[in-house]
Amino acid sequence: MSLLIAQFLTGLANAAALFLVASGLSLIFGVTRIVNFAHGSFYMLGAFIGYSLMQVLPGFFGFWSSVLLAGIAVGLIGVIVEMFVLRPIYKAPELFQLVATFGVILVIQDLTLMTWGAVDVLGPRVPGLKGVVRILGEPVPQYDLALIAITPFVLFALWYLITKTRVGILVRAATQDREMVGALGVNQAWLFTGVFFLGAALAGLGGAIQLPKGGADLLMDFNILAAIFVVVVIGGMGSLPGAYLAAVLISVLNVFGVSYIPQSTLVLMFVVMAVVLMVKPFGLLGREEVAGEHGQVGEPERPFKPAGKKGRIIVAALLLLLALLPVFGSSFAMVLVTDIIIFCLFAASLHFILGLGGLVSFGHAAYFGGGAYVAALLVSSAGTPMELAFLLAPLGACLAAVIIGWLCIRLTGVYFAMLTMAFAQLLWSLVYQWDEFTGGDDGLVDIWPSPWLAETEAYYYLTLIVGVGGIILLRHTAHTPFGYALRASRDSSRQAEATGIHTKRVQWAAFAFAGSMAGLAGALFVFSKGSIFPTELEIARSFDALIVVFLGGVKTLSGAVVGGATLELVKDYLTRFEYWRLILGVLIIVIVILAPDGIVGSLRKLGERTGLLREAEVSK
Amino acid sequence: MLECKNINSFYGKAHILNDLCMSVDAGTVVSLLGRNGAGKTTTIKSIMQMVVPKTGQVTFLDRDITGWPPHKVARMGLGYVPEERRIFTDLTILENLEVGRQPARDGSIEWTIEMLFEIFPNLKERRNNRGKELSGGEQQMLTIARTLMGNPKLLLLDEPSEGIAPVIVEQMAETILNLKAQGVTVLISEQNLHFARIVADRAVIIESGSLKFDGTFLDLDAQPEIQGAYLSV
Repeated sequence: MSLLIAQFLTGLANAAALFLVASGLSLIFGVTRIVNFAHGSFYMLGAFIGYSLMQVLPGFFGFWSSVLLAGIAVGLIGVIVEMFVLRPIYKAPELFQLVATFGVILVIQDLTLMTWGAVDVLGPRVPGLKGVVRILGEPVPQYDLALIAITPFVLFALWYLITKTRVGILVRAATQDREMVGALGVNQAWLFTGVFFLGAALAGLGGAIQLPKGGADLLMDFNILAAIFVVVVIGGMGSLPGAYLAAVLISVLNVFGVSYIPQSTLVLMFVVMAVVLMVKPFGLLGREEVAGEHGQVGEPERPFKPAGKKGRIIVAALLLLLALLPVFGSSFAMVLVTDIIIFCLFAASLHFILGLGGLVSFGHAAYFGGGAYVAALLVSSAGTPMELAFLLAPLGACLAAVIIGWLCIRLTGVYFAMLTMAFAQLLWSLVYQWDEFTGGDDGLVDIWPSPWLAETEAYYYLTLIVGVGGIILLRHTAHTPFGYALRASRDSSRQAEATGIHTKRVQWAAFAFAGSMAGLAGALFVFSKGSIFPTELEIARSFDALIVVFLGGVKTLSGAVVGGATLELVKDYLTRFEYWRLILGVLIIVIVILAPDGIVGSLRKLGERTGLLREAEVSK
Repeated sequence: MLECKNINSFYGKAHILNDLCMSVDAGTVVSLLGRNGAGKTTTIKSIMQMVVPKTGQVTFLDRDITGWPPHKVARMGLGYVPEERRIFTDLTILENLEVGRQPARDGSIEWTIEMLFEIFPNLKERRNNRGKELSGGEQQMLTIARTLMGNPKLLLLDEPSEGIAPVIVEQMAETILNLKAQGVTVLISEQNLHFARIVADRAVIIESGSLKFDGTFLDLDAQPEIQGAYLSV
């Protein structure tokens, strides 16, 4: 019993930092509608800055001043990010900004590496709070008790700020209708900056306050990212008490999980989230998000048309060039292009549900990696011939997508995104921990294609035919009645329902189809590399595809392909530099600011403006 | 007080306002009349700079406000009341009013919540109710009250009589006349000629985004062909 209580208290103390960071994320999302991927980076900065300050400021007061100063410093960094990166792109299509925040992650990662080096630092113990208190005979650190005591005050202060003050009222009004708030004389630009300051400061505080329990390292930005998203979603987007409740729930369950079911730790919070979302689709204390409630920004969607004659000629010429590559290119070039085609197919399959279906999946790697693992397992465990394994891979991915899709499709917006991510994470941890079957962290190796495909050139042609064929199939499907129904469900689900389209079923089918095509890309991938590791199922992989689809331009399928090719090429070139993340991050941010319609969308606009392309007809 | 000179406004590529010229004098109520799609809402949004005119000028109190951000326009003393009401449904009536509050400007009435509750007694009764719990008429009252909290010198009312019960329309007319008596200048976009006649001193008729008529209602009555051509009677 006493052990249980002690564990409960540990969980409660762990919840402090989690709550601080998550509440910042929730605030930023609530007002600006930006899914801030860089929030984990703010948390990491808070930890490092706090650590450096604590070296200079001694004693009890020094510690707490350092925590506070770290919060303010990170808040100011947040302001810089908001003013220079996000402000220019508020008018871009929804969710586009997350690409920019992804660029910010990369930049902060390398800047942190430059400033503090690659060593993990251990947080200092807090002067005056170094001891333990015996509670029912069990030792509980004094600092834990301090954290448990502080958190409710922070919650109360935030709650008071949001519900009782003028600023809070303006923030809540802006959450619903920012344009109207502006028309009433409020400078919403400063409101946004203020919210970003507060949100980033909370993340910084969270990073600094957990130092005595954890420390600081260069992986903590990504490590906390999933957890804070989960907390915000379980609690209900925009609900501070909900975030607190969820932070406590996750932290306490985590402590118990570590003690009693150690295998569960990687996946526990995602299971909790999946259960909560299936019972309460908008989180514990959240409320329903009505589509379009926040005022659609940007231009109306342009119809997605079959390729014109000119487009077909260009594509055909490009394909001919690719087909002749083995004649004039080196085998290195073939390997590179193989990688690119595979990645493009993966990105195009995500575009199918994201761009055409309007369903933003944060877990698309599940089907790419899933397909790859299906093929690899068939070969390694069942001795299946490569050709058969290759064909079964997309089927396996399809099956996974059918099951996961059925569970996710009832949700919308960010909740849908988070649930797909949860299931991807579930699959990842299954593969990661089931050593005997999947090889765990060591992956599966020696998965080579059959002899007749073993040559680089032969496999290159296989990839070209299957990969390009897959992309063309995706594009073709967009122009079938099924594709129309999918787009109708995206644009106006009610109207679509009224016309007799079973929107959820259409979306479910699209999800499964996109999953199969991702699985196909996975199959191409595994046999081209000869091995597969759990990294292909990671959140980072899902984000790669997401970034590419947005960066290329979400409104066109060619965007996903162009974006995929660009990113792979740029990455291939940049990774030779020490600080390639910094360069890539800055590059992404610049592209996002200069080309808010994505690469393809902006090129097309430029073409129309200069008269090279015929203007698309606009109905009045 | 307010003048639009040859403004051209677009939605995407659709040309909505076509060299529109019109003006509002201090202390008057002007009704902006025209059919559905004539460009009434766009005119009001172009004055607020929520739709920025591509060419032409909007001047208010002798200052060119074209291209200003809407919050600055509002702070100059232009009060915008949108057609779709756009009240903050999760906020209470009192909180909605708080969002609209701006410091008083010289020369404008300084509205207090008490004064507004006198004009809109329904709102007082329900002051702690959330916006989404109000009826359409109450929402319409709230959206006007909210804008008045900014102490505007000129009120832009976009189709205030649309979609509300006839009783409330009458109340609305009284409210507008009441505001005028207190010295507030009003530009009101309307489809309902009868309603406009009750509240306004002058009629401005637009069609396809261009001015077709500007004068008193007596002038308008003398030209029935204009009514027939540009208003759905």
